[in-house]
Amino acid sequence: MKRRFPAILITVFAVTLAAAQDIASFEKRITLKKLDNGLTVLICERPEAPVFSFYTHVDAGSAQDPLGKTGLAHMFEHMAFKGTDKIGTKDYAAEKAALAKVETAYAAYLEERDKRIGRDEQKLKQFEAAWQSAVKDANQYVIPNQFDEILERNGGENINASTNEDETNYFYSLPENRLELWAYLDSERFMHPVMREFYKERNVVIEERRMRTDSNPIGRLLEQFTTAAFQASQYHRPTIGWMSDLNSFSATDAQKFFDEYYVPSNMVVTVVGDVKTADAMPIIAKYFGRIPSHAKPDDRTTTEPPQNSERRVVLREQSQPLYLEGYHRPDYRSPDDAVYDAIADLMSEGRTSRLYRALVRDQKIASYSAGFTGLPGNKYPHLFAFYAFPLPGHKPDDMAGPIHAEIDKLKKEDISDDELKMIRTRAKADLIRGLDSNSGLAFQLGINQARYDDWRELFRQVDRIDKITKADIRRVANQTFTANNRTVGIIETAAPPSAEASQGGAQ
Amino acid sequence: MRRHALILTALFATACLSTPHSAAQATDWKQVPIPPLHVFHPQQPKRVELPNGMVIFLQEDHELPLIDGTARIRGGSRSEPASKTGMLDMYGEVWRTGGTKSQTGDQLDDFLEVRAAKVETNNTADSTTISWSCLKGDLDDVFQVFIDLLRNPEFRADKLELAQREMADSISRRNDDVGDIAGRESLKLAYGKDNPYARQAEYATIAAVTRQDLLDWHHAHVYPNNVILGMVGDFDANVLEAKLRQVFGDWAKGPAAKAPVIQFTPAKPGYYLIPKSDVNQSNIRMVELGIRRDNPDYFAAQVFNEAFGGGFAARLVQSIRTAKGLAYSVGGGIGSAFDHVGVVRLAMGTKSGSTVEAIQGLYEEIDKLKTNPISDDEIARAKDSILNSFIFNFDSPEKVLREKMAYEFYGYPPDFLERFRSAIEKVQKADVERVVTKYLHKDQLAVLVVGNTSEFDKPLSSLGAVTNVDIAIPPPPGEKEEAPAATPGQ
Repeated sequence: MKRRFPAILITVFAVTLAAAQDIASFEKRITLKKLDNGLTVLICERPEAPVFSFYTHVDAGSAQDPLGKTGLAHMFEHMAFKGTDKIGTKDYAAEKAALAKVETAYAAYLEERDKRIGRDEQKLKQFEAAWQSAVKDANQYVIPNQFDEILERNGGENINASTNEDETNYFYSLPENRLELWAYLDSERFMHPVMREFYKERNVVIEERRMRTDSNPIGRLLEQFTTAAFQASQYHRPTIGWMSDLNSFSATDAQKFFDEYYVPSNMVVTVVGDVKTADAMPIIAKYFGRIPSHAKPDDRTTTEPPQNSERRVVLREQSQPLYLEGYHRPDYRSPDDAVYDAIADLMSEGRTSRLYRALVRDQKIASYSAGFTGLPGNKYPHLFAFYAFPLPGHKPDDMAGPIHAEIDKLKKEDISDDELKMIRTRAKADLIRGLDSNSGLAFQLGINQARYDDWRELFRQVDRIDKITKADIRRVANQTFTANNRTVGIIETAAPPSAEASQGGAQ
Repeated sequence: MRRHALILTALFATACLSTPHSAAQATDWKQVPIPPLHVFHPQQPKRVELPNGMVIFLQEDHELPLIDGTARIRGGSRSEPASKTGMLDMYGEVWRTGGTKSQTGDQLDDFLEVRAAKVETNNTADSTTISWSCLKGDLDDVFQVFIDLLRNPEFRADKLELAQREMADSISRRNDDVGDIAGRESLKLAYGKDNPYARQAEYATIAAVTRQDLLDWHHAHVYPNNVILGMVGDFDANVLEAKLRQVFGDWAKGPAAKAPVIQFTPAKPGYYLIPKSDVNQSNIRMVELGIRRDNPDYFAAQVFNEAFGGGFAARLVQSIRTAKGLAYSVGGGIGSAFDHVGVVRLAMGTKSGSTVEAIQGLYEEIDKLKTNPISDDEIARAKDSILNSFIFNFDSPEKVLREKMAYEFYGYPPDFLERFRSAIEKVQKADVERVVTKYLHKDQLAVLVVGNTSEFDKPLSSLGAVTNVDIAIPPPPGEKEEAPAATPGQ
């Protein structure tokens, strides 16, 4: 392209891109150690400011939820903030006994509640009252939220955790002089977690479900869509859990899940920041090395069979329309993983992307359109998805043709040299931009270590993108984006609610 | 907890480089040693003021081969005419997408994306911005796009039409998400529905915007004396300063942007209801006018916020979420802004069937502030939390730059952050009690509920008189279907 800008050159910056220079420097700053119990520790020195961030990757997500207990992995994540036998309790011995009584009472209540035949409503009420009274009794020993309080009081920043289909993530940042405090707290919570206040927290999680899914039209669509697209795979089930499971599983179930999946060999702990590896590694090894090891859980999963017919989910909602479609693709270890990334980039990134230019700019039928990979996770075979928000006056089904036309172009025509160059340059730049914070770096290194058993894969992504050919993109598009391999999800706008329903509370 | 007193003084204290770790392993968190924090003097950006009034901050950061910059220009949507609400949103988009005199926006897209670079424009209530991000080797190329857009934007009509279509789409979708509705409508209750910080664009107001409006705005505001430019990245600040002086030196001053006089007309206290039949959770907001950040009460308010509605140790979470299990999301406090009053806000989401119970739960927490005021212990905890995490306000060169630019923009002292720290340390119980009495009034709150009324535990009217808020979207002027896009501004 010709440039016709005013001649204000700041020529001093005419340096060439030499990003690789920094990549090598990471080797010097990163230390990996596998502890005797199987836990992996990664430390990356980044002494920019006297703070550090950590990221603990636990290789268990909602895909591991037991049958009839969807939402349990996420529920345990909430419980991991409830303290230990030393934190959050006034008298652990008494509390332990009281919590055991809660479980006995809850089991009795549940048994009566779920009787198919001969449920005694009177008895059920008594059991419920006994359970609630046991909960009340156990609560007297609780120092609520003490784990959080210690962290907050010590300057903890972004104290949080997340659960998805593939894994559970724990993370926050602290001033660097709290490294040992962190090592103590975060090892203790994976040695002696206590399922206190479980049933109150379950209600909190149910509110989370109401917020994210039940009361959100796009949340409702995604749940129905994913459920339809996966039938055999554990991706069939929502991370947040089905309402009836949330109203059933117990603290005992959560403890069992923890015992089975929170094995040191399932955990990668990454620390990035103002730490000296020589000082920090012995501290981390000392505390996290205490977590008892046992065998890794059975990780067999059901493989989704090939989809041989198009599936369609239509939600009739009060909200505005949306079009979504997804195609099955192999998991992240596929040799074509980078090809899918390249397709997502080409189709979606910025105002030069093919979907933006076709649907938004030229055809003027959508306010936004893009494609992405990794729905709902990527550890197991998953979906590559496309979506569009139709402009007023356009129907969701109007989006299908133009999206498929862009897909056909991928199948039939080579992408241009400029596009290939753009994809490669952006991959490099995105990598560099992702290295600019302790928390971001900890996440990137940790997830790559967990997924590939080698953090260097973070940097090799760029090499893989570099090797992609135009033929690869055509081949993968032809292989993946077929009608029979497609699930469509649509929100159609239904009639507005009746006036009666909308006036109810005001009287 | 006496440990914390030591830690606070260590934050900026003199050298203590060795961090002797106890050989023994702690069995109780109270035994874990906390050595003094490493000494840290965050790098300050270089401030340059050109004779034409342009202020430039240069912050070197050599960690990665990147250079980012932002020019913030005085004047934003709070100054747009009410009849053209949304004009600045479109300006903030079309400034970039509409290209320059010599290059269309699409050409700029191609030019930049192949370099993995971005130049983007944006807008807020009080300013507009043009920023870039690039690999350092591309700075020459990218900076020229930046300069060209700054000085010679074209605001091409086709991109204004595109922006109008996108805005019409977002208007049509604005009642789809209950959280968005609650946020937007509660702001209108707190500030007044016509207040420039709260009012919303309609099909008619966006259709009224013309290309000439955007050009006029640009020519009325984009002058060096209204611009603060900040750059961070892998450069030599001295060399760069010389170049920037050359680039911007002959740019003539213009009229200074004037801050508009803005009226705040809060809604009457009471209950406001937005029925939504497709949800099973109520969004609750309680609002009244808050404070400005230059108010001497700001610091005590921050301590109060931390103790009352901040983290997990705060009262609202402890009571509403942890003890009662009524909410996933709950919080609140005395809100503040740099140059206008913020909003006192309590917010939560709860199942439809506990809507009234939850409102009463929030009221109880407000009442408790009188019967059981925030204690010395709670204040100590809140102060620890603020002061020990204080470092995260400036733990990257980019954050330091951002702070300095904000203080410059709003005329705050450049050492506001340091003043903040010492002021927080001085906050006492009586100060917190005073700000609670002064700014949080149970009987002054406008209480908004967005929810499914048919499932409420009790009618909202059991609490008091209820005003229904109509959120129906006024239809586009003229014909229904093609409306806003069919009337492009020429």
